[in-house]
Amino acid sequence: MVNLNIDFNGLKLKNPVLTASGTFGYGLEFEDFVDLSRLGGFIVKGTTLLHREGNPYPRMAETAAGMLNAVGLQNKGVKVFCDDIYPKIEHLNTNIFVNVSGSTVDDYVATAEMINELTNIPAIELNISCPNVKEGGMAFGTSCASAEEVVKAVRQVYKKHLMVKLSPNVTDIVSIAQAVENQGADSVSLVNTFLGMAIDAKTRKPKLSTITGGLSGSAIKPIALRMVWQVAKAVKIPVCGLGGIMTAEDAIEFFLAGASCIQVGTANFIEPDATIKILEGIEYYCKKYGVKDINELIGSLRS
Amino acid sequence: MKKQTCDFEVVYNISLSDDYFLLKLLAEDELPNISPAQFVEVRIDGAPNTFLRRPISVHDVNYEKNTISLLVRIAGEGTAKLSQINKGDLLNLVFPLGNSFSMPDNDNILLVGGGCGVAPMLYTAKYFMNFGFSPTFLLGYKDKESILRSDKFAKYGNVFYTTEDGSFGETGNVLDHSLLNSDKIHFDKIYACGPQPMLKALGNLAIEKNITCEVSLENLMACGIGACLCCVQDTIDGHKCVCTDGPVFNVKKLVW
Repeated sequence: MVNLNIDFNGLKLKNPVLTASGTFGYGLEFEDFVDLSRLGGFIVKGTTLLHREGNPYPRMAETAAGMLNAVGLQNKGVKVFCDDIYPKIEHLNTNIFVNVSGSTVDDYVATAEMINELTNIPAIELNISCPNVKEGGMAFGTSCASAEEVVKAVRQVYKKHLMVKLSPNVTDIVSIAQAVENQGADSVSLVNTFLGMAIDAKTRKPKLSTITGGLSGSAIKPIALRMVWQVAKAVKIPVCGLGGIMTAEDAIEFFLAGASCIQVGTANFIEPDATIKILEGIEYYCKKYGVKDINELIGSLRS
Repeated sequence: MKKQTCDFEVVYNISLSDDYFLLKLLAEDELPNISPAQFVEVRIDGAPNTFLRRPISVHDVNYEKNTISLLVRIAGEGTAKLSQINKGDLLNLVFPLGNSFSMPDNDNILLVGGGCGVAPMLYTAKYFMNFGFSPTFLLGYKDKESILRSDKFAKYGNVFYTTEDGSFGETGNVLDHSLLNSDKIHFDKIYACGPQPMLKALGNLAIEKNITCEVSLENLMACGIGACLCCVQDTIDGHKCVCTDGPVFNVKKLVW
């Protein structure tokens, strides 16, 4: 037997496979394909204080080995989450993280306070990196000062595991990671999507209603992996790695680079049971290479 | 209906024209019940720039032979690659996806298809016929050479045609056809699929004449299961996912 249990800075994960916010709905969308209790956890769709309609259609453009999205945090707001959605998922035997976003520090704080009251939500993922909203979102995650400000404020009201999702659209992601660590983040997840753009050469128009959007999928994996490696060396808190993970081998690369757990994102759109295939593939890898405990792999890159 | 991922074996791949091909696919396991206008998400392997699955409506189902047929237009690199698939190859589908056309109340129903939008209308007619309803088809094409599977459609109802160049049937698009411009002929329900400008014009006409009209939309989508929120359509109830709240919408609900 391979031990896949991870102690994620106090949060017990039965295995290191989680899902990326915005790619897995509220988990329920995947119940036909995935036994959710087999996952280490899942991260629900970005939740804001108030209802958001999101950006106009078109919101998606396929790119080479990836896709751009400009959904813009469409969600029904934290109250609807607490009243209507939480009761449908609270019984699930896995760790549910709520991804929290906002336009102002007060938004983040108010949302986090409400999530703090939900017994069976052990963690939030603070989204300071959404590239698709006009105000807030990524703006908080691209300077150390604003990242510190929002994490400090949320830390005061949120008593459980606080994971902060970092933007790759920065010059030095390490300094942002250190800044949020200093303000009491329990972990960091990286990376969110890369700001990108697609143009229809025939019509000379942008393919997205918002002109720019977030790039995800296989195309971003090498950059995400590099950033995880840099951050994992520089902070003491654990790192959750994501960005273009499509296969178990991709996941293993992130563990070697220093990630303690990973999130499967865009892969869910192509293979709805991608998480389970990756989980089984990780176990197979461990058996094949004589790894008795997944923790042995974390940060064990050989040079 | 439970959604599933399944490998299908290609029974045949027939080229119907430069732009269209017909796939017949054999399921490994017994097919679930598939409703009219539901679709599948096809994984296309071996096309470097095709990252996502392609949503394609169900053209026909044969429960006895356990097969699904897809009538596909070559729209880009992904469908071009799909058009090269061979008999015996495996094709991975996520299905059945989406809602469906509602059941008719009587025989006064018109099934309208424009171009590629004819694809779901064959199975829709077959499905309705099993419940004892006899539909009328109105199918619009560019020209006579573009007409798809006319013999097959004729098995399930009266078929009226328009062609843009007038080479077959009436001239113009489906909106120009006398069926929709006569005071005598009355339909209680119109079901339609095709280019959005056509659907919009048809929807406006239906509202004006107080006819119930359901349209099947084709917005760009990624997941097909309501997770990515990319395929949203503006409705009177806000953004709705075409993949799970649709593809079928009553035109009265649409803001377009």
